[in-house]
Amino acid sequence: MTRASDRPEISSLADLFAIAYQIEIDAVARYRLLADQMETHNNVELVAMFRDLARAEGLHAEEIRRLAGDIDVVAHAARLGSWKSGESPEEADLNAAHYLMTPWHALRMALAGEERALAFYRSIVETAEDADIKAMAAEFVNEETEHVELCQRLLRRHQAPPDSWSHDFDPAVSQ
Amino acid sequence: MSAAEMRACRPADYRSDVKPVWCPGCGDHHILLSFTRAFAELGEPPENIAVISGIGCSSRIPAYTNCYGFHGVHGRSLALAAGLKVTRPDLTVVVASGDGDGYSIGGNHFLHACRRNLDMTYVVMDNRVYGMTKGQPSPTTEPDFDTALSPGGTGLSPFHPLVIALASGANFVARAFSGEHKETTSILVSAIRHPGFSFVEILSPCVTFRPDEREWKTQVRPAPVAATDDPGRAARRLMTDDGFNIGVLYRGTRKPYRPQIGRAAADLAELEKEFEL
Amino acid sequence: MRRTPDVSIAIVGSGGAGALTAGNFLLEAACAAGWHGLLTRSVGPQIRGGEAAALVRLAQDPVECAPDHFDLLIAIDWLNASRFEAEIPLGPQSLVVGDPEGGAVPPGIAAAGARLVEIPMKALAKALPEGRANMIALGIAGKLLGLGEDALLGVMGKRLAEKGPGAVAASRAGVEAGWGAAAGLELAARPASARPSAAKRWLVSGNEAAGFGAIRGGIRFAAAYPITPATEILEWLAPNLAKVGGVLVQAEDELASINMIIGGSYGGTPSLTATSGPGLSLMMEALGLATASEIPIVVIDVMRGGPSTGIPTKSEQADLNLAVYGLHGDAPHLVLAPQSVADCLFTTQWAVFLAEALQSPAIVLSDQFMGQSRAAIERPADVAFIGQRLRATNINGSYCRYALGDSGVSAMAVPGTPGGQYTADGLTHTERGIPTSSATEHRAQLDKRRDKLENFSYGDHWAKIEGDGDLAVITWGSLTGAVREALSHARADGIAARLVAPRLLAPVQPEAFSRALDGARRVLVVEQSHGAQFHRYLRAHYDLPGEIRVFHRSGPLPIRAAEIHQEIRNWRG
Repeated sequence: MTRASDRPEISSLADLFAIAYQIEIDAVARYRLLADQMETHNNVELVAMFRDLARAEGLHAEEIRRLAGDIDVVAHAARLGSWKSGESPEEADLNAAHYLMTPWHALRMALAGEERALAFYRSIVETAEDADIKAMAAEFVNEETEHVELCQRLLRRHQAPPDSWSHDFDPAVSQ
Repeated sequence: MSAAEMRACRPADYRSDVKPVWCPGCGDHHILLSFTRAFAELGEPPENIAVISGIGCSSRIPAYTNCYGFHGVHGRSLALAAGLKVTRPDLTVVVASGDGDGYSIGGNHFLHACRRNLDMTYVVMDNRVYGMTKGQPSPTTEPDFDTALSPGGTGLSPFHPLVIALASGANFVARAFSGEHKETTSILVSAIRHPGFSFVEILSPCVTFRPDEREWKTQVRPAPVAATDDPGRAARRLMTDDGFNIGVLYRGTRKPYRPQIGRAAADLAELEKEFEL
Repeated sequence: MRRTPDVSIAIVGSGGAGALTAGNFLLEAACAAGWHGLLTRSVGPQIRGGEAAALVRLAQDPVECAPDHFDLLIAIDWLNASRFEAEIPLGPQSLVVGDPEGGAVPPGIAAAGARLVEIPMKALAKALPEGRANMIALGIAGKLLGLGEDALLGVMGKRLAEKGPGAVAASRAGVEAGWGAAAGLELAARPASARPSAAKRWLVSGNEAAGFGAIRGGIRFAAAYPITPATEILEWLAPNLAKVGGVLVQAEDELASINMIIGGSYGGTPSLTATSGPGLSLMMEALGLATASEIPIVVIDVMRGGPSTGIPTKSEQADLNLAVYGLHGDAPHLVLAPQSVADCLFTTQWAVFLAEALQSPAIVLSDQFMGQSRAAIERPADVAFIGQRLRATNINGSYCRYALGDSGVSAMAVPGTPGGQYTADGLTHTERGIPTSSATEHRAQLDKRRDKLENFSYGDHWAKIEGDGDLAVITWGSLTGAVREALSHARADGIAARLVAPRLLAPVQPEAFSRALDGARRVLVVEQSHGAQFHRYLRAHYDLPGEIRVFHRSGPLPIRAAEIHQEIRNWRG
């Protein structure tokens, strides 16, 4: 449950759309960062995965922009407060990255992000006083629920990697 | 020390025949006296004592003793002494430095020597100025002290060497005043006897470049409380200390660092085995 | 199909592919089967997961330099492999094995004209439980070399034992699959069979050899500050010194490590540290202190690309000026340079001996190429060079630490010796060790310290002098092997040339050098320095006859025997 004090204030529908938009944009940036890390470390499969995830989040962002109609979510987002933790819900956890990580690991990261976003929108539904905000938040809950289910489906298609997934024959090299 | 080695040594036995070039009135003359008295009280023969120094007026002291000495390069006496003590744990090692040599160029080695906690004693003769090079400010000089290199004063807060020693892991922290021979001798003896890294800052007025330090003799006082073995309590006291409390201020209980040396467990033939095809 | 006396293989891969491990196993298996070999590695800047290349040269005789070309390149993948293009010279006679899933062949490699085949190493690995592509690659290499399968499997068992039977079995299965996949493939030239030798052989890196040489010479105290590419010397010494009753202490910086070893030596224990260019720069002041106070110490500088931070993982020969000229004042001291992986042991040991005998610091100029290469070498003979300084004992009466005498070496009293008390000093001092500014005393001590080094008989070890002819090729350090190989090719061309490679760089040996160059009318200096430091050093201190040419280049690429051979051919008549 995301406490009101943990997140930027939402006092209007515009705020909600702006936050929703920013969440997706933050996710895009974070997945691109991870893609770069994977590229530097020659993990080709994960470069593609993270770029795909970034693209998907980008599409979500565009969808929210469309949904917001006349509201200029980009401008509005720039004026939002910040998250207490410094990270927004769908920003993948950098600590979970590993140069030998597998697609399964990336999907786990994505799932965790979607679950955090879902919890966030749920808490808006529960605590918002304004009917319009509540209603819109409920739509976002539905949307994120679909994302969560998609991640879970994709995860079922991938086997969890064996214990030896992070084994590297070669030792670290000094520079 | 065996009975044969233990001789009734007098302070004079620890002085060499080299005449110190320190200015008359310099606090270091008093400190040399205290050194020799402390060594005599400890009863350690001069050949078993090594006095290691860097560069500066205070660092001239090894040649004035009859012990083994090393007058090394600026700021590195603690490192040299560490190499000696690790390989010769049988020796009594005393390191002598000044506030410039010890806290400025020697600052990094100071931190690590405290942390390393080898069994040795570090004496810094603090006169709050670079004496040998004719009067530049040192890390313990007051911010408004006017000098040619820093006209009007540096404007920088002085170092708290005792706090730094404590924070870095020194096992014994004391302050002395060169003018009080008895107390200084007693502090040196305690420091040398105390296991681990002992740090003694000795206020030593520079008669030539800090004539104002003549006032120190009226400003120093015996520390109002006995030494503590609690680093937290010591830290609070030292952070609020005004620089003139004399005595042993902290006596810690850290185990000294004593790496094993001299006991061979294998011969060279065994070392080769890992290379054999 | 022709037979070749040596063959070179490169294994390249990235992101945890395990190329370096495969290369190491290949080297070990081949050397256990009787070949000599040398492995160097090249890596990207990442600490883990980067692109890596294992470069293995195998031959019937000891290998002391990089090959002129590679016969086989196996790429587990091609990611960022263009980094290694310049280090893996290929030609039409080379075979390149790639993976269809490995990415695009780098243009430089594609353009070399080599035969290119594809083996699905990744897919083959995936088909095996816990299969890894590097083991497939290893099997391919083994098959193409004509290595017995047992040789490889034996190494597997030994090196992977600690990872458990599952890992061993998986790796073995990988090797066998690779072996099978290479059926029908052949190298253009078949390597001559290995000649199993009766002599005891080692597989060792230059850094390990230096560490062992230090211990053999009597070092029992080391102070350490990590720096690439010298850290392995210190890491090898840490447990091994302890085994023989010595100790290594980690210092907070190089200023501490050099001063610590001065303290250790002052107390009577032969002491050493190891560093690279940036660290040696920091140590200059203390080296002067050791020189002036006549304290024996040994500092190994494993040279890397410079200046400043330079290229930490690559080799170069550009610290010569620093080593010989870096001390302020007139401060003659010892500078030595090993010439091969094996020679890292002898030269370090000899340096300890000389430092102790002459009560002087000794700088040993190794380099990254030798330091971090692994080679099969004959077990180095035990030599009677054990550090032993002239000690003052049973002192009666006034002791003069720096007494003038014939040899220039004065007896050193070690703390604890009654009557021997003195204060060692960087200040100019009298014979008693008292600071002085007297002209006569200063001059006398300068003479003493110079004379003790110049009066000493260094014997034949001072240089390697081989062959004869009017052309003298002068080099040093790791280039000695490449020059030697070039000269053997030149001999086949009918060019007579001699090799002169000083191992003792300072103090200079004018008479011996003259003798070495007697009859030579042309001199070719070969060195890996952009500024031709060695050439200028020779010109400053030695008379060089006739015509002089210099073949010099900075790192990071090795100077190959073929290049030197070409230089010699170009200078005919």
